[in-house]
Amino acid sequence: MNKNIALKIVLFIFFAIVGFLILVPFYAITIASFKPGADLIRNGLNLNFDLSAMSFNNFVFLFTGDHAYFTWFFNSVLLTIVQVTLTLFVSATVAYGFSAYEFKGKNLLFICVLLIMMVPFEILLLPLYTLTNNIGLMNSYSAIVLPGIASAATIFFFRQYLRGIPKEIISAGRVDGASEYGIYLKLILPVMKPSFAAMAILNGMNSWNNFLWPFMVLSSGSKFTLPIGLKTLLTPYGNNYDLLIVGSFFSIVPIFILFIAFQKYFIDGMTAGAVKG
Amino acid sequence: MLKKFLYSQKVAPYVFVLPFILVFIIFWLYPLGNSFSMSFQKTTLGQGAQWIGTDNYTKLMGDGVFLKAVTNSVIYMVMTLAILIPFPMLFAVLINNKFMWGREFFKSTFFFPALTSVVVAGTIFRLMFGEMEGSLINSFLGLFGMEPMKFLKGQFTGYIALIALATWRWTGVNMLYFLSGLQNIPEDYYEAASIDGASPFQKFTRITMPLLKPTTIYVLTISIYAGLAMFIESMMLWNGNNSPKNIGLTIVGYLYRQGIEKNNLGYAAAVGIVLLAITMVINLTQLAFSGMFKKED
Repeated sequence: MNKNIALKIVLFIFFAIVGFLILVPFYAITIASFKPGADLIRNGLNLNFDLSAMSFNNFVFLFTGDHAYFTWFFNSVLLTIVQVTLTLFVSATVAYGFSAYEFKGKNLLFICVLLIMMVPFEILLLPLYTLTNNIGLMNSYSAIVLPGIASAATIFFFRQYLRGIPKEIISAGRVDGASEYGIYLKLILPVMKPSFAAMAILNGMNSWNNFLWPFMVLSSGSKFTLPIGLKTLLTPYGNNYDLLIVGSFFSIVPIFILFIAFQKYFIDGMTAGAVKG
Repeated sequence: MLKKFLYSQKVAPYVFVLPFILVFIIFWLYPLGNSFSMSFQKTTLGQGAQWIGTDNYTKLMGDGVFLKAVTNSVIYMVMTLAILIPFPMLFAVLINNKFMWGREFFKSTFFFPALTSVVVAGTIFRLMFGEMEGSLINSFLGLFGMEPMKFLKGQFTGYIALIALATWRWTGVNMLYFLSGLQNIPEDYYEAASIDGASPFQKFTRITMPLLKPTTIYVLTISIYAGLAMFIESMMLWNGNNSPKNIGLTIVGYLYRQGIEKNNLGYAAAVGIVLLAITMVINLTQLAFSGMFKKED
């Protein structure tokens, strides 16, 4: 018994140390957002906690200053909501098609889903860039949303989930005279609710933090999302550090609040792909 | 008539999967084919193209900067695998212990970094690894009487910063993958092993590791992919796609430099195809070795 207690203590101390190391960068950026940017440039990001040098100036500037931060912020919110809603609905529809029916070409199509998951998206950057340019979608949110609307990983997850739903629901719906689409919309979608939560969070997280593709597509500052706007604050000459740091800190806050509130779904969404079907 | 056709049980499945077919063709198959054909051309955005056969590829093989980028990406991938598989697995096994205090708290804490965007995480790490005496890492080294280092100006120390960032962001996520894998191992296996007098180490190597294999293969596959395709982390640490002597240049960074910055689309497309080939070869070999292609029983 004593051996168990000792082991418990050792384990706890070990995890506490690792946890501490993981939290250090968060602590550093939190206190940095209370220090003037000039201090950051002079002394770097550190753990010095000096109340006399700290103030709410950066926060005051964040909320009242003349900059586009909240334009970027609301662009990110809007884009995330639109992207998540469309992606979830479209991917769930596709996944239902795969799980509820036997049809010609089904296996081949499903292999295509798996293929997308295996090929690095980055190699499609240039052709997608030229395609977007040619069809005149540059600097539009459609160019960001459309390519990911039938997300392979999300389709895969929904299909796994739908496997656990009894097929009798569908036949019962048919007996009652519902159409194929009516069955999906009225009987299946409501049953899928729990899986929507996990995927909404995972897709929302990806969308909120998405950088490379939007960075290539968007050119006007008024359309920038938060990560792109923050990136533009980082210039070789800039003295935008006040805004950069407090803005970075503030960009983590919403997703943290969401995480605390829906922890289980974050974790379910994240680990969904690893569960063997 | 049309309505009857669309509502039939034969046609409905195709209506359901139609969005995927469209997205697959327009945003995946066509660009991929385009990437492939572009790699045999000399072409720029908005201008004509000219077929030049395999010239881009032969040029790439003798391109020192490209080889540097490949080396960086491969070293990064290998180092992230060496850290981000064994440690998260060990952490998962330890934290899975029901007697452990604060399990839920640690799980969440370890997951926090994954919530930050690369832009924010990269900014934080760039400043932590700053060259000033007062920067976090240097002030830590100072505690041991060490001189401040210019982390982002040297090759080896540059890798350290990159790996530190990757380790920070992904340890918790990989730990969760392994934890969900552990949930699928029946408790009685361990009980039976205890009765047979197995040591904790034997239980780990004989039961946990083999039964975690599907999870390990999954984590390995996505880590290989992510390691080889890394770009933004480097872009954030060096505040752009240019690092001194290209110490932080990656394959995608080179693709971006040639394609977007220099408008050399054909050459950049060839870089992309080489990346695809490397990823596929490494991953398919890995999957073949781990027996993924054998018939499942």
